[in-house]
Amino acid sequence: MTNSGRNRLIDRAFSVWGVVSTFIGIALLLMFIGIILYDGLGRINWAFFTSLPSRFPEKAGIYTSMVGTLWIVVLTLILSLPLGISAAIYLEEYAKKGRFSNILEINISNLAGVPSIIYGLLGLQIFSRTMGLGGNLLAGAFTLALLVLPIIIVATREAIRAVPGSIKDASYALGATKWQTIWLQVLPGASGGIMTGVILALSRAVGEAAPLIVVGALAYVPFVPASPMDQYSVLPIQIFNWISRPQAGFSTNAAAGILILLAITLAMNLVAVYYRSRYQRKSN
Amino acid sequence: MARKSEKYIEGGLFAGALFTVLTTALILGVLLYETVIFFSDVSIVEFLTDRQWTPLFDEKHFGILPLLSGTILTTLVAIAFSVPVGLVIAIYLNEYSGRRFRSIVKPMLEMLAAVPTVVYGFFALVIITPFLQGIIPGLAGFSALSAGLVMGIMIIPYVTSLSEDALFAVPYSLREAAYGMGSTRFQTAFRVTLPAASSGVIVAIILAISRAIGETMIVAIAAGQQPRLTMNPLVPIETITAYIVQVSLGDVPHNSLEYRTIFAAGITLFALTFLLNSMGNWLRKKFREKYD
Repeated sequence: MTNSGRNRLIDRAFSVWGVVSTFIGIALLLMFIGIILYDGLGRINWAFFTSLPSRFPEKAGIYTSMVGTLWIVVLTLILSLPLGISAAIYLEEYAKKGRFSNILEINISNLAGVPSIIYGLLGLQIFSRTMGLGGNLLAGAFTLALLVLPIIIVATREAIRAVPGSIKDASYALGATKWQTIWLQVLPGASGGIMTGVILALSRAVGEAAPLIVVGALAYVPFVPASPMDQYSVLPIQIFNWISRPQAGFSTNAAAGILILLAITLAMNLVAVYYRSRYQRKSN
Repeated sequence: MARKSEKYIEGGLFAGALFTVLTTALILGVLLYETVIFFSDVSIVEFLTDRQWTPLFDEKHFGILPLLSGTILTTLVAIAFSVPVGLVIAIYLNEYSGRRFRSIVKPMLEMLAAVPTVVYGFFALVIITPFLQGIIPGLAGFSALSAGLVMGIMIIPYVTSLSEDALFAVPYSLREAAYGMGSTRFQTAFRVTLPAASSGVIVAIILAISRAIGETMIVAIAAGQQPRLTMNPLVPIETITAYIVQVSLGDVPHNSLEYRTIFAAGITLFALTFLLNSMGNWLRKKFREKYD
């Protein structure tokens, strides 16, 4: 075989290998989900959603942990959104280029890389112990709010940057102040991108178990949390608890719980992808 | 009037930005504070050199090495799987595939990173481990191998997206020159584009390693809870993160030495990831400037 013939063959072979690699992860994930559907789908019925946790796998349900997850997501959103958006606006619109804004930038990208369990240790010491919140919903939400803050900041900054300068110029030309321009022009224009980032951040919060275990979320909560000062469990922790039990019935429960958790997070990601594509088309 | 309220608003926004610095300061403060107290009871030399980690037993040893080796072992397995796969995907998407294929595949790949890690832990324990046990006799029910492999699947999109950015940044003229000399796409990719993007690919690998080191639920579920100084991926081990979860689930009294071990372990983890992230971010900045 000639040299160029061989090179062409390698080229072809790699293009096949590329497609195989691209789909290997996705195929494995789909296979996993298929197996879990087979294991868990039969377990999902109305009682599974409305039952309290139990020692008996066939009686146990996700009611309390679903309510806990809902609480956590709403509280995390309330705590992190104003902070994240303010920080992003400051960095994009006000901060002067210099040493200090440089430090802020480096700090935010470092925070984004801090392992989630470290946020758990922070929350344990500051919120649970120093502030005396113990293992309640508020301590968990504070912790997760700090965890998702960098995600919201980065997404908001990108969205703000994507707003055309001409719109700002027009606003200033009409006599608007800087804040009026930001509030009435920049933020509405960036809302699609901010929305995408916030949904992704919340989907992260829905799936987190480790930091909440460290700040004292419980695995077994036989009541529904009624206020932010109550003890709670969340769906991922309930699943983790079921996984670590030896009886086969709990493994089925875990599979069923995973189906619910996956449905929630994948739905949130699809909404985010949809928003992003719509918003990219608009800005093109 | 308006001027004044605008100043207040700016102050409020600034406070928001400053809050991120406060978070870092608090993380450092909390970890250092508890660790300093920890080291008044346990010598640093013992912490760094003792080959056993048994703070919860009667005969206590406080050597971080077994937890460290567990962490490094799972990370190595994850990286050995995700870097070749993720890099090939990045090259394929950048140098071979059409735009349409890329725009469909990328969101699908991102889904891999969106799956909650507790779900991956279940995959590792219930699907991958029994499967691997059929191939590898002597594989334990909990192991660094199956936890690491599943973690590798999760990390693929990180490797791909960062390496893709690096490949994308290589000027098109370089590729055109290679094609003009009669190179195939494969030759262009591996002899021109990839070497030119090498610093960016290194960044991708560094940040992926950092991600793997900090991963918690997969290893807490599937790697075991036995701190062991070994490089054998077939036996149960324990990582730093899994140890913190293990202690948090039990009822260790606050202000005890056992309680402080999670902060000493935590600061080790933080130092590792901080070093890797700083290195990665610094390199990324440096290589970005090259083509600007």
